Parts: sequence; C-alpha cells; structure tokens
Amino acid sequence: MSNYEGHYELRCRECGRSWGNQPRSICDECFSPLEITYDYDAIRASIAQGTFSRERIAQRPPNMWRYAELLPLPAGFKPRLPVGFTPLFQAPRLAERLAGTSDAKTAGQNLYLKNDAVCLPTLSFKDRVVAVALAQAQAFGFDTVACSSTGNLANAVAAHAARLGLKAWIFIPSDLEPAKILGTQVFGANVVRIAGNYDQVNRLCSQIAEERRWGFVNVNLRPYYAEGSKTVGFEIAEQLGWRLPDNVVVPMAGGSLITKIKKAFDELVKLGFVEEKPVKFFGAQATGCSPISTAVKTGSAEIDPQKPATIARSLAIGNPADGHYAIKTIKHSGGWSEDVSDPQVIDSIRLLAETEGVFTETAGGVTVGTAGKLYRQDRILPEETTVLCITGNGLKTTDVLAGVYEAERAIAPKLAEFEKYLEETLDTIEVAKEAVATVGV
Amino acid sequence: MAITVQIPTALRRHTAGVGSIACAATNLGELFSVLDEKFPDLKPHLRDETGQVRRFLNIYVNEEDIRFLGGPAYIFTDGDEVLLVPSIAGGAS
Repeated sequence: MSNYEGHYELRCRECGRSWGNQPRSICDECFSPLEITYDYDAIRASIAQGTFSRERIAQRPPNMWRYAELLPLPAGFKPRLPVGFTPLFQAPRLAERLAGTSDAKTAGQNLYLKNDAVCLPTLSFKDRVVAVALAQAQAFGFDTVACSSTGNLANAVAAHAARLGLKAWIFIPSDLEPAKILGTQVFGANVVRIAGNYDQVNRLCSQIAEERRWGFVNVNLRPYYAEGSKTVGFEIAEQLGWRLPDNVVVPMAGGSLITKIKKAFDELVKLGFVEEKPVKFFGAQATGCSPISTAVKTGSAEIDPQKPATIARSLAIGNPADGHYAIKTIKHSGGWSEDVSDPQVIDSIRLLAETEGVFTETAGGVTVGTAGKLYRQDRILPEETTVLCITGNGLKTTDVLAGVYEAERAIAPKLAEFEKYLEETLDTIEVAKEAVATVGV
Repeated sequence: MAITVQIPTALRRHTAGVGSIACAATNLGELFSVLDEKFPDLKPHLRDETGQVRRFLNIYVNEEDIRFLGGPAYIFTDGDEVLLVPSIAGGAS
C-alpha cells in the first residue's frame, strides 16, 4: 500500500540529529528519544497528484492502513490484518450523567466515545501500535519480537506475531489480570512473569534488548510503534466529518497516546485535511498511579515517579517514559489532567456499561471517571465536542468486578416460579430505592 | 567498599567500549566525579548544564530506582550494583 520508504526517518527529539531508519530509540549524541519525522513536501506532492486526499482515504478499506502515507511503513508493505477504524459514536445517556441533567441535551449531542474496546484483533488500541512496529520488525529482519507490557500490549504482540509467523517473548508483571495472561499464552507466545512492577519489567527489557537481537516493540522499535497511535487521532477527525473536536480525554500510562493524537491532529492541519482549531487535551489517570496528573496539577514540568497501587493495571506505570511530553501536550493545549480512585473506576465502568452498552476495562473506567470530574469542574462544557478514548475491553479485567454482582439463584422452569421471583425482585428494588431516598444519596 | 556501575551500550562510545567499572563512590555525586575523571566525554551525557541528571537517564541501585532510595542522599553500600538505563520515550512534535 505504501511506497513511502525514504519519506520518513528517525530524528532526535532534542538535538535534531538524523538516524535514518533502524531499530533504535535513543540518540547516542544526547541520550534523548528519537521520533519519526516525515518529508511532508513529498506527501503534499501526492496530495497535489490526487493520490492522497480525503476522498481517496474514504475509498480505502475501513482500517488504520487507510492513512498509510502518514505511517512509517516499509516499502511494499502489505497489511495482513484489518486493524483499527473502530466506532466513534455519540453517548447521550452517559453525557446526561456526566454533565448533569440541566445541560443533558446539549452534552448528549456533543459527547462521543472512540471505542477501541473493539479494536481488532485483541480488543485494545495496542493493536494499532503493534501493527506498525511488527511491519518494521519484519523489514529489519527480526525473527523474534518482544515487549514489556501491562497486558494489552502483551495480547497484541502475541497475536500479531502469530499471524506473521514471528516468535514472541512477552515480559509482564506477575500480578497481571488472569485474562490478559491467558490472552497472551493462547497465541503461543513465551510469557515471562516478573516478580516486580511494570517499571521494573521495562528496565529489565531495556537490558535484555542490549543483549539480544530481538525486536522489542517498546524499546528498540518504539519510535515506529508509537506512530501507530496517531491513527486514533486520524480516525476521530475523519469520523467527525473531517473536523477536530474541542476536547479529547485520553487515559495515560506511559503518556505516549495523548502526544500522538495531538501529532495526528497537527499533521491533518498541516496537510489541509482539517481546519485548524484549538483542541484541549485532557489526561486521565488512576489516583494510585498518577505521576502525570500530579505533575500537571502541581505545575511541574517533570515527573516524580510513583510506586503504582491501583486496580487499573494497564495504566500502572509509575515512571512514564513520555510523561514529560504528555505534560507539555496538556499544558500547551490549555487542557488539564485528573485522576480517580479505584472505587470511582469501578463505578465508571458500570456507568458506561449501563448507559451506553460499552464494557470497558479499568483504563476506560479511569477515562469516564475523569471526564465526569472535568465536566463538574467546568473544564469541559456541554456545548463542546468532546471525545473520550476508550482504549480497552472489559472482558479482560472482569476480576475487578468480582463481588460487585451477586450470583442469581436458579429458579424452577415454571411460570408461577418466575412470577414469584419477579415480585420478590421488584420488592427488593423498591426497598433499595426507598433506602437511597431516605439517606438522600 | 566497592560498587559496580553498568554502562549501557548507547554510552559506551564515550567510555572506549567499557561497559562496567568498579569504584568506591559512596553517593551519586561521588559516582559522577569518578565517571567524569575516568571518562571525560561521558559527562555531558549524564548531567545537563545545571548539574541535574539528564531527563532521559534513569539510575537504578540493585534494581530499584535511586529516586525511591533518596536520590543524591542515598549512601551506597558494599556490593551495590548501579545501572544507568536510558528512559525509552517516543517523543512528540
């Protein structure tokens, strides 16, 4: 699909040195991170020739490869998985609960969910980044790929590697949700459980990457990997009718996604695909692991690392590698960052499910809970177009809901039994409602 | 007393390929002084112009981030293994 090799390269984020294209994420000159930069003049030339346009994009298959010109893909790359192009839809019933009833109608028209809980093939936005990273892994000649992961990335690397016939080594904190471990092993990947938190796993992987010729998607392939996140931003703009929203609420772990959605919007503006407008970026974290939101709220430009203690394990990164850039993105946009407690995460998972029929994992609970805070703080207004990024699927973190729902007793298959059961159940609901009304909750 | 310091590949061209050294530094400040003396070219890669540890450099002592141990105030003990590890960030324009 893409013939754009040579139109992108690695460049140091701080000193500007070019590094061509190779499996590398650090500048040897200044030890700073590398990022993919594009030859936008070449892309403009293809726009002028009519081979890349909004209309051309619309004619392409509904997946993230429709934006191939703005991704670092090897020459002649042929996608083998229809990743991305997940639904974006209005969330009026959630909006009513988040914004309050007085502005419910307005908020309902303006609140959207970007639902990567149904991203293929492994039900999280990590499929996007892995798809790009493994395209390059193959081009660089790796036969083994690897990652450190809080779960979703593990699933994605394992599945994509299976599809491409690559060997996979996955390093995870040992306390990961069982469904995420199983959802990695099932693809035949080698899973290494580390007795430590994600930050320790990540540090170990940096060391292993120095010793072995493996393609670590979030170490030596990280600049390519991270570009895959931009497709969330491209899709939001296209699905809104080629316009940018006023606000985006994004869950933050390492802090990369929020910066890449901004990069995507900037690129669309630069190429004339959307009109320029201010977009506020809002970051969401769990209070038990909130190094980025703490920095934003205290006005710091730097991260003070934390020891994670939250059920939102997919966001449990206490020393976020892109934290500095996430802070910058949020502050420069006029946005903000908030964090929510674990009970609020569970309440928010339930709220999203009960209002919009979307079952998200803990990270999604963090995003929804944070959005509620932002509405209450008037940082997000009902009349503003706001997109909540739901990045993962609730079926992977059902363990956090253990004990929330009682197992229903079985009844005999008789109509009379059901009528009796219904009467009792309705009575129970009435009693519960009265109790709530009495205490004035 | 001796501690060992592991130097990542990305920095070894400033250490003539040396990947590990042993020294008697008792804290981070002393460790930097030892490294400055042994490998003068390495100095600007570890600290910025104001003497602060560079943003993208993480320092671990026996697998623990030194910032959780008190940072510059931490006193090394015999046998400590110090790791200099680059922080892998993607960056953003």
